[in-house]
Amino acid sequence: MRDDEEDVEGSGLSRRDFLKVGGISLTVPLVIGHRVVKAAGADVKVFGPNKVPIELTINGKKMSASVEPRVTLLEAMRHELDLTGAKRVCDRATCGACTVIVDGKAVYSCTVLAIEAQGRAITTVEGLMTGDKLHPVQQAFVDNDAQQCGFCTPGFVVASKAFLDKNPHPTPEEVKRGLGGNLCRCGTYMGVRAAVQQAAGAQKGGRRNG
Amino acid sequence: MADYKWPDAEKRTLIGKRISRLDGPAKASGKAKYCYDYNRQGLLYGKILRSPHAHAKIKSIDTSAAEKMPGVKAVKVIQGPGTEIFWAGDEIVGIAAVDEPTAEDAMRAIKIEYEVLPHHVIDNDPKSTPQDLLKPSGDQTTGEPDKAFGDADVVVEGQYGQPVITHCCLESHGATSEWTDDKSLLVHVSTQNVSGIANQMAGVVKVPAANIHVQQDHIGGGFGSKFSIDRWGNESALLSKMADGKPVKIFLERSSELMVAGARPSSYAKVKIGAKKDGELTAWESESWGTGGIGGGGAPPIPYVFNIPNQKRKNTSIANHIGPSRAWRAPNHPQACLITMSALDDLAAALKMDPLEFYFKNMELTGPRANVYRDEFKIGAELIGWKQHWHQRGDQTEGPIKRGLGLSLHTWGGLGHASDCDLTINPDGSVELKMGTQDLGTGTRTTLAIVVADSLGIPMDAVKISIGDNKYPVSGGSGGSTTIGGVSASSRRASVDALDQLFAKAAPALNAQPGDLESVGGAIRVKSDPGKSLTWAQACGKLGGLPLTVRGKNPGPGNLISQGVGGIQMADVSVDIETGIVKMNRMVAVQDCGLIIDLKTAESQVYGALIMGICSALYEEKIMDQNTGKMLNPNMEFYKLAGIGDIGELMVHMMTGKGYDERGPIGLGEPPTVSPGAAISNAVANAVGVRVPYLPLTPDKVLAALEKKGGANHAGI
Repeated sequence: MRDDEEDVEGSGLSRRDFLKVGGISLTVPLVIGHRVVKAAGADVKVFGPNKVPIELTINGKKMSASVEPRVTLLEAMRHELDLTGAKRVCDRATCGACTVIVDGKAVYSCTVLAIEAQGRAITTVEGLMTGDKLHPVQQAFVDNDAQQCGFCTPGFVVASKAFLDKNPHPTPEEVKRGLGGNLCRCGTYMGVRAAVQQAAGAQKGGRRNG
Repeated sequence: MADYKWPDAEKRTLIGKRISRLDGPAKASGKAKYCYDYNRQGLLYGKILRSPHAHAKIKSIDTSAAEKMPGVKAVKVIQGPGTEIFWAGDEIVGIAAVDEPTAEDAMRAIKIEYEVLPHHVIDNDPKSTPQDLLKPSGDQTTGEPDKAFGDADVVVEGQYGQPVITHCCLESHGATSEWTDDKSLLVHVSTQNVSGIANQMAGVVKVPAANIHVQQDHIGGGFGSKFSIDRWGNESALLSKMADGKPVKIFLERSSELMVAGARPSSYAKVKIGAKKDGELTAWESESWGTGGIGGGGAPPIPYVFNIPNQKRKNTSIANHIGPSRAWRAPNHPQACLITMSALDDLAAALKMDPLEFYFKNMELTGPRANVYRDEFKIGAELIGWKQHWHQRGDQTEGPIKRGLGLSLHTWGGLGHASDCDLTINPDGSVELKMGTQDLGTGTRTTLAIVVADSLGIPMDAVKISIGDNKYPVSGGSGGSTTIGGVSASSRRASVDALDQLFAKAAPALNAQPGDLESVGGAIRVKSDPGKSLTWAQACGKLGGLPLTVRGKNPGPGNLISQGVGGIQMADVSVDIETGIVKMNRMVAVQDCGLIIDLKTAESQVYGALIMGICSALYEEKIMDQNTGKMLNPNMEFYKLAGIGDIGELMVHMMTGKGYDERGPIGLGEPPTVSPGAAISNAVANAVGVRVPYLPLTPDKVLAALEKKGGANHAGI
């Protein structure tokens, strides 16, 4: 089975399932939010087409909403759950402003359907602080002025956190590659580089007078 | 009279220091609410159906099916049948619905018939442009150009330019409007112009400007493109009216943002330039053209900065169907700079002169800032190692990777705009400054706290800064690098006046005259006898029961600000002559901006300007398709910006101290954005030995220029 045909846990239709929907037969819904159809002898979850209830686990809290299946995780968070830290910018997995961590991995939430994010552990920028205390990555962004208008900042902060979780002592070259999936328009990259190095506890560098 | 002048260096407690921005924690934690983030109670989602044609007349519009759809709360024709449309993406119908999917479905249910008309969306050559779209200027002549060219020892001709680029604000343009009662409108709009929006809307939404309340805490980028409420902003208010006053949010999709909400005019030129053998510049001739949509293009001020004695210039503005242009950081300057500094660089190469030496030879032509440029070039040359690394045009080292250095210089005005503010000192010692300005990410909020706290002799966290609301005193739009001058001057005056009034109230308790007092480190004390003092809070307690509020203004008394700055930049690039890929190695910016309020955010702005300049030098272009009339890359995978690994290493040096500080704060948004394209283009020419005429310096253009290299018409190029 190829990767893109794998029906990962919690997802709706995979490509492979979709091909099987030729001979579907309806069964009684078992779980809220979707129906299960028999397709080529296997149970397949089908959502929609109208609004369906969903439950997301965000920053350790269960949150409920009702959305159409076409709604992305980003839209569900921003429109239904008032979690507006992740931003909608390119809306097609280019700029990284919507980055969240799903099961330990940085993902573009504009490119994940909300229904597919159910059952996953989702961390957003709002979940990084401890009480009133900024996460070391957030503090490093403040200290190194790794922000101007700040619209890309939450995405960069989350991407940096996920990157450092995987690579706690990156070289400057690794930082450039590791954060290549986020774009900034004001031009804060020098600050971001310094911030990631600070957060990593490494020698601060890169910025003159910095 | 009160002494408003900026404190001397040794007396500054905060001004000019390296201070983290006040809203940094809010932005880094995701708590900062941008207008795009406001989800008002009962929010409706607005969408705009746009013209697919670049030039057309609307024949008919049928919205009936959309109106009947469940969840659709308002449908409004923005431009009706008979209207002529001049660019693809222009607004035709507005919709408000309970959620985005419903609004999108409703858009698809609207039927519009167009009579398609001929369009023109390219700008590469005035000669192939329909005559009715051309607006030529007359010849403008200074001195005796023909004679000067005849007398010149070296004459070089070249062609240079840059296409239309789009602002690509990460927070797209948009607004959320709601009627709080029949006659009162609340608008959250992403704007550089908080104090100006209500009066733009009043006539269109038919309500007095006094009844329009505009708010914005943070803005996700503007760069010159967000001064107007725009049609979609007005429509959000009109759709809200149709939907019983419910809030209607319209923020542009990325495609619309890139198609219609930001465009910097293109500019191209054929240039002839002449000099004496020793490098003395004598003659300039240029034929330039460019477009900024149906209104035509700007006329770049060429030759830029260098006032060459004999000139002949002609500019042709092309009006075409690509959507209207908007101001972009330093309007017309980057284009003029690219054209001029490229021509100068080609001339220096023809003379076999080091461009740095060539600039110094002609520095007096730059006018009053000649000495600033000289000082800056010396620092820049040191930082980048110009002497060690510069070589004659064409890197002669073996292998496909060629390295080169280039330079440029620029100027800008930046006189502070009109600004009012109210400074309130409360009897409990708390302080608030209210001003109808905005913080574009430049650090305006932070600089205000620095000015007030430094002036009052109290810590920054004792000062509350309230901005982003049109109910506060009017302050100008943030454009043209005019904000810091305006807001620092008005807040300084308010602080000085408020402190004088506080001294008057506190003086009796210290058995002193008000003029004998000073406020230092949170204490009001007698200058000659610092032991005699009150804490800040004790002194404020002498105000009685009511707070003290003082209006600060700019313009106003005291000579606090000025204008006119100079900056230089140098670029170090590597070019792979097999693939045509240009890689940034290093870039240096040396910049003057008068008195710096916050060194940290000032430097950030210059770093940012370099990076934005790298983006447009190497990647950015609004690519228009003449067949369909549409933009081919209205998205961020094909409208390219530099990533964190694409910018090389950047070095910024701010000119401060004597000769600079006494000029007062001068804005920094424009000047450092001007030079990057020219410096990078010159560095590429130095690396590969041939000029790549047009930005962006993409591999196809680099390879094409290399292929033509054998055909160069004079030595060295």
